[in-house]
Amino acid sequence: MADTTAASLDATRANYVALTRQRRLYGGIMLLVFVLLMASGFGIANDRNAGGFLPGLPQMFDFPAEVIAEAWTKRANLPGHIAKALPALIETLNIAAIATISGALGAILLSMLATQGLAPWPRLIPVFRRIMDLMRAIPEIVIALVLIFVLGGGPVPAAIAIGFHTVGALGKLFSEVNENADLKPLEGLSSVGATWGQRMMLGLVPQVAPNWFSYALLRFEINIRASAILGFVGAGGIGYELKNAISWGQGKFDEAAAVFILLFLTIVVFDQMSSYIRNHLTYGSVKGARK
Amino acid sequence: MSLAAAPQTRDMRARATALIARKRLIGLALPALILAYCAYVFFAFDILGLAQRARWDNAVTLVSDTYSYKTVVERNNRSGVFEVAVEGERKGTYDETNMPGWVVLAEDSAHITLDNGGSIDINGDLVRFDVPGYGVIEATQSRSAGVTTNLDPEALPDWVSLSKTRLMVSTDAARLTLTKARTEVFVYDFGWELFFFTLESPYYDHSFGEILFGDRIDPARSNLTGAWQDFWNNAIWRHGDTAWALFETVLMAFLGTFGAAIVALPLAFLAARNFAPLKVVRMAARRLFDFLRGVDGLIWTILLSRAFGPGPMTGALAMLFTDTGSFGKLFSEALENVDGKQIEGIASTGAKPLQRYRFGVIPQIVPVLLSQVLYFLESNTRSATIIGAITGGGIGLLLTQAMITQKDWEEVSYYIILVVLLVMAMDSFSGWLRRKLIKGE
Repeated sequence: MADTTAASLDATRANYVALTRQRRLYGGIMLLVFVLLMASGFGIANDRNAGGFLPGLPQMFDFPAEVIAEAWTKRANLPGHIAKALPALIETLNIAAIATISGALGAILLSMLATQGLAPWPRLIPVFRRIMDLMRAIPEIVIALVLIFVLGGGPVPAAIAIGFHTVGALGKLFSEVNENADLKPLEGLSSVGATWGQRMMLGLVPQVAPNWFSYALLRFEINIRASAILGFVGAGGIGYELKNAISWGQGKFDEAAAVFILLFLTIVVFDQMSSYIRNHLTYGSVKGARK
Repeated sequence: MSLAAAPQTRDMRARATALIARKRLIGLALPALILAYCAYVFFAFDILGLAQRARWDNAVTLVSDTYSYKTVVERNNRSGVFEVAVEGERKGTYDETNMPGWVVLAEDSAHITLDNGGSIDINGDLVRFDVPGYGVIEATQSRSAGVTTNLDPEALPDWVSLSKTRLMVSTDAARLTLTKARTEVFVYDFGWELFFFTLESPYYDHSFGEILFGDRIDPARSNLTGAWQDFWNNAIWRHGDTAWALFETVLMAFLGTFGAAIVALPLAFLAARNFAPLKVVRMAARRLFDFLRGVDGLIWTILLSRAFGPGPMTGALAMLFTDTGSFGKLFSEALENVDGKQIEGIASTGAKPLQRYRFGVIPQIVPVLLSQVLYFLESNTRSATIIGAITGGGIGLLLTQAMITQKDWEEVSYYIILVVLLVMAMDSFSGWLRRKLIKGE
């Protein structure tokens, strides 16, 4: 701050203006590239689609309108169809639940093995991290299709596929939670001769369980969607019902409508429920800390 | 302070004991509950029945096909014509010029030398299979008597199956099938034989060194371009189409994610408490987001493919619709957490509303939004394989097609490897971009 003469101020200003101009130029170029990428990408996708975007646009509401019209004229059948699709919905929810539970248990173990300060073998931390990355990278559909080939169609391939992916996805989030845990209780426990299992159970779990639970709940919601989608490629549950109802075509759209309604309501209900519980968890713990 | 002297302390002690007892009960009840649920699922999913229905031979085929290929030597027993082909495919059929060394064809006979020291001779309708450590199996077929062998039908080894019309001998090195219609020998070898060049290509059976530095193999083209053309247009592995499919998958994820971000950003302002004073508008925007998210990607895919037909754009639009809902919610939450002081500061310099948004709000939320968008880009690459399988675009379609035909499992493993590599590449790319753009490293 020694030199504040007019000349140096001018120089600073010139520098600043040049810098701003350069940044603006870079920003503009990046924006231009992005817009070009979007436009050309859209063009390519449009060309390779069976039907184009513009001719398809007016027809967008034809199919929903058809389904709704047919469901409305046969609205008396709707409760019956919903009752018929209910077991399939329960299967979809079971797939998501068992995959989330087993995935979360696997993720708890892996995340402990992959967190600095908790890991019993610190040298193997990178190995466990790579394992989690790999489990996260394999799309569910790949495992599901392979397992359908071996085990035959049904809920088990979907549950295994989603559970496998869940281990990787939750493992990463859990290990981030673990990193923020206070290590002092663990030191205290080890000073009285606790084993690794006891230290984790008594020192770590009480600290991080609410956060784990919150992430697992979020994952459960995602897994419901995944399990519905996998049903569509032959892994049982409501997706399979939907596929059948749709491929029967006209005359059976009331069944499709029933499945649509059921799936929509399920996703909305679990979405709202999990966000309510998660808000409650974070809010509740803050209140508890203030008390 | 003695314990007896303070009834208050005793009270606290009793409360603490009760609390610990309750927590202990919860600690026991939770695992028990999970265990009970697992038991329920065990029966609901019929795990015991599954173990019986499972087809482990399928798993064995899948695994062995990932690292090996089979060559089929076939004699049509009606016409007496021999054919030698990789995987039994027309496009992989050998002719006199490039016949592999282990098979010698002559007038209505073939001699096959196996790696483990055994051999198979086909001589007209007669087959001799010399199995090391077992002996020679001789078999013949005729229109009237069916299949006859020198084997004792009462004491067949478990790798031989024999009926009146069919003999099958499966060993590790080769598999022989003899019926009235044809004599077939499958010989297994390590690797993916035609992965680089098919048999028609002049570059087949030449090493990389020869192609790069050796003499010109095809007089019409230079080695490098010729080899590249033949590799790219390989009729069996179809590398060019596969690359296109990968690109389509990435394209779907890219268009879906960024399209959704562009649509969701202005809508998010309408759903944020501090930017939309009208409660009706806010509620409408939020319900719209809930609706878009609630109608799952699966339903959007089905609905949109009716209007736009199958293809990558349908997949991209389906993702765009769902993610607009997710982004709308996330963005509006980010907007509600914006620091008002910066906007005030900009406003105090006499900025118009648009300028206030541009310089007061956008710089605050861009890092948050960008990091969320990039997270979605990576996860959408994975979704794009699934949506592609349903709506017919990208690598997901190739994968399901290869699986449904149940023929070429090495292609399935090839696609699986590509998908995993693609997702991992997108993961590290989005991570790199996140660090670059947000932290400015």
